[in-house]
Amino acid sequence: MPLTKDLNVAIIDSNPALSSGVSIKKEEPPDPRVSTVTPATISIFKEIGAWKYIEQNRHAYFDKMQVWDYTGLGYTRYNARDANKEVLGCVVENRVLLSSLLSCLQSADFRKTIYPSRLLTLHRNSSSTKVDSHSSGLPLHGQGNLVKLDLIDGSSLHAKLVVGADGSKSRVRELAGIKTTGWNYSQNAIICTVEHAVENQCAWQRFLPAGPIALLPVGDNFSNIVWTMNPKEANDHKMMNGDEFIKDVNHALDYGFGPHPKSSMFGDGGIFSWLKADVTSASEFFEIPPKVIRLVSDRMMFPLSLMHANNYASKNIVLIGDSAHTVHPLAGQGVNLGFGDAFALSRVIAEGIAVGTDIGEVTMLKKFEVERKTANIAMMAILDGFQKAYSVDFGPLNILRAAAFHVAQHVSPLKRGIISYASGEQRLPLFS
Amino acid sequence: MAFKLPNQLRALYTATNYHHHHRILSPLAGASQSFVFSLRRLFADVPPLSDPSSAPPPLYPHSTKTSLAPSSLNQYELAKFAAIAETWWDSEGPFKPLHALNPTRLAFIRSTLCRHFRRDSYSAKPFEGLKFVDVGCGGGILSEPLARMGATVTGVDAVEKNIKIARLHADLDPSTSTIEYCCTTAEKLVEEQRTFDAVIALEVIEHVAEPAEFCKSLATLTVPGGATVISTINRSIRAYATAIIAAEYLLHWLPKGTHQWSSFLTPEELVLILQRASISVQEMAGFAYNPLTGRWSLSDDISVNFIAFGTKNSQ
Repeated sequence: MPLTKDLNVAIIDSNPALSSGVSIKKEEPPDPRVSTVTPATISIFKEIGAWKYIEQNRHAYFDKMQVWDYTGLGYTRYNARDANKEVLGCVVENRVLLSSLLSCLQSADFRKTIYPSRLLTLHRNSSSTKVDSHSSGLPLHGQGNLVKLDLIDGSSLHAKLVVGADGSKSRVRELAGIKTTGWNYSQNAIICTVEHAVENQCAWQRFLPAGPIALLPVGDNFSNIVWTMNPKEANDHKMMNGDEFIKDVNHALDYGFGPHPKSSMFGDGGIFSWLKADVTSASEFFEIPPKVIRLVSDRMMFPLSLMHANNYASKNIVLIGDSAHTVHPLAGQGVNLGFGDAFALSRVIAEGIAVGTDIGEVTMLKKFEVERKTANIAMMAILDGFQKAYSVDFGPLNILRAAAFHVAQHVSPLKRGIISYASGEQRLPLFS
Repeated sequence: MAFKLPNQLRALYTATNYHHHHRILSPLAGASQSFVFSLRRLFADVPPLSDPSSAPPPLYPHSTKTSLAPSSLNQYELAKFAAIAETWWDSEGPFKPLHALNPTRLAFIRSTLCRHFRRDSYSAKPFEGLKFVDVGCGGGILSEPLARMGATVTGVDAVEKNIKIARLHADLDPSTSTIEYCCTTAEKLVEEQRTFDAVIALEVIEHVAEPAEFCKSLATLTVPGGATVISTINRSIRAYATAIIAAEYLLHWLPKGTHQWSSFLTPEELVLILQRASISVQEMAGFAYNPLTGRWSLSDDISVNFIAFGTKNSQ
């Protein structure tokens, strides 16, 4: 963006990959840390010129998704064609995302400096913006409107605006004194990479009594597993030997915990048949996911929680991504909210520069906050709702969930709405 | 409609007794007069206010009083602003509506002046090399963004406190510390024979006793072919309801008595007095406030707040 090309950017990150690059060997199996990027994020990457680097590495577009639960009472199949799209999303390893952003950064022509260290402390002027005409003799702390940052390796720098993109345990957020709200889900997620005999081209998610298991294609014959369970079971599954784990996975994806749902025959949606005329996936049969034949990576486990910062912005400081909010991985939205934040912030900064605003000013940063808070909180509320709805095994609730599956499967306007909302199009599924 | 204008203007020019109008046209005369007395007690650094029953001193450059009385400005008006000077840069304080309105005014200025001076509108500093003057700069809320956009800015204000605040704040950022701030008036700058590529006087003309003379001064300060930007409030019933009743008495956005409806100018009057000062108005826009989002935007509705961009005829 021409308006921002004169900005001087410092990146503070102790990840050695920033200086030495990310080495990815093509023969290696995929790393289990992957992200599902939505079409909205794909267009952001394309706009900044980073997507071409992703396509040089392993990546997996998928255009089909199947969601069902253990009760066997209903299922929903989504197809990108339902909403006139080519893909529902793309699964990319995190190190590929990092490497492509690095390549994009190296080829960009603005002033950038990488500080391979971590933030220790920061100092700002007092946040009172009243200037007292009688204090003209006293020197102001720090340097005017700038923030002084001290790093762990002893170096220090001054900045007009500090963007905290340092994850859920953000040091920037801590130093800014921004409080958070949220709760821990009593669930942990196990992630790993597995292999099939054939290529997997669909994203699968089955809600089990303790939490959902997701099988996402990552390219070639590999898939990524994200299995959410209560902490004790999660630990057992992390520790058990590989073959037993594979058996459990196949069991969970197939007949474990409950029967298969009955497929709708010939597209008969019953009372919804008049609404589903133009959607291909409404008439698709229920399919069983491809069998897992081998575990090809270590199993990693991490706890899940919901977190939302009470403010995203204060004077000279703004938070984006996981430092501002974390969500349950059940819909693959977390990193996409973060990329959405980054893109919105860069746009707000460009608009501020166009009218000569000081980029550390709270009023400008609050514009970003208002825009993103609404979108993020809406998404978080919906995801949290799903998490709670699916964690209770109670007859009438199970039937309600089954009804929801049927409705989503057969009511095409709703299905299209769900697909475009999950693709990052910012319109709520029901009210557009 | 057209023949009413000269009569209205004549009425404006012959308004010798400010307080005469004040009593007739403002339904809140009593309250405002007591405000005058209380101000007099509070602000010793402002030159003493004239007795409310007599006419304000004649104010134009050919009067012999060249030293103290700032011409075309009203002491009473100055006192109102001196009272809240310290809160200029508190974006949640009494100047909050102005801070909210500022980006919108700047968008209009950026768009019209980039086009006029044929500058690249995608540049971060489109006004590099141009000399701007911000008349009635207050705490520098407009001068600073203009300086960040590359202009060489001079900010003038008749209230010394404002200039002090403006200088202190501008020194906090290297890109604004080059702004030249002077406690002076447009007329004084004319006497010093200063000229600028663009003369900007936003929300000032409604506080001035002689708007026509003020416009003549602004025009003299503009180089031939240069730009003059003036913003003010329309003298319409709607403006009375919004800018005075709602803003001052209901929402408390502005202190009571900030604006006098009789001092407002209609767009037609402004265009006419600018024309007489050799400035042809090229574009005009209004500012609209959306109470749901709390944001201002540019609009075609000039019935309340409006801004005019004109060019000085090249001779």
